[in-house]
Amino acid sequence: MRPLSIVVRTICNIFAWFVAIFGAYVILHGHLTPGGGFQGGAIVATFIALLLVAHGGKSFLGWVKKEIFSSFEGAGLVAFVCVGFLGLSTTFLYNFLALKGGLFGSAVPIGPNAGVLNSSGTIALANIAVGLEVVGGLSAILIFMFLGMRYVSEGGKEGVKDDK
Amino acid sequence: MKGPRVIFLIFFVIFVGILCQGLYNIHPYGEPRVSAMDDYFINNAQSERAANNVVTSIVFDYRGFDTLGEAAVLFTAVMSVAALFRKEE
Repeated sequence: MRPLSIVVRTICNIFAWFVAIFGAYVILHGHLTPGGGFQGGAIVATFIALLLVAHGGKSFLGWVKKEIFSSFEGAGLVAFVCVGFLGLSTTFLYNFLALKGGLFGSAVPIGPNAGVLNSSGTIALANIAVGLEVVGGLSAILIFMFLGMRYVSEGGKEGVKDDK
Repeated sequence: MKGPRVIFLIFFVIFVGILCQGLYNIHPYGEPRVSAMDDYFINNAQSERAANNVVTSIVFDYRGFDTLGEAAVLFTAVMSVAALFRKEE
């Protein structure tokens, strides 16, 4: 995949960061606003896709390695399971942090209100874990597909060029 | 009209009949006949789980095991894509 023109790259350099910030906002405010880990992770993966398309795969893989996304994916799933097991004194995935005070334990007023950021206990932790997993997973899919496409166009054993 | 098409037609007519029967018995919009579970979540989710977003507190807490399965499905999909696009040795 060749890099696109200078116009596309400049616009991408300006606006891709807003996409990333919006995705992080959707993940971190999953217990307050619509959205959550899956949706915000998909938005951040859109940021990766934008960089990959605009700048081309070679320079993108020069900035980050693909093992980073695989490790994000595994770490997210393991963190989700760990959040589940931490509440195992009651049940699996019990919300042991809610209403206990501290960073995640504030109580919220009942009824419609603007929301308290550091509330909701393990829900926020699970949101962050799932967001990490979705970011890593979808970005890893993109990069694996890009590498496979490059392998085919360079003419592997099953490549297009060998069919001539 | 012969062969399997007749069977398709018979099953299509049965399917449409079941759909029409369901539409005939449908409850009015916005007035569910059984609402005990909805009322429980709407009344208690904020005080029990301290999250304003009741949908998120259902997805990530009351039904967290379901979400764990979804995350595992995504993980399996990524693994299969990695296996499909691997480099040949």
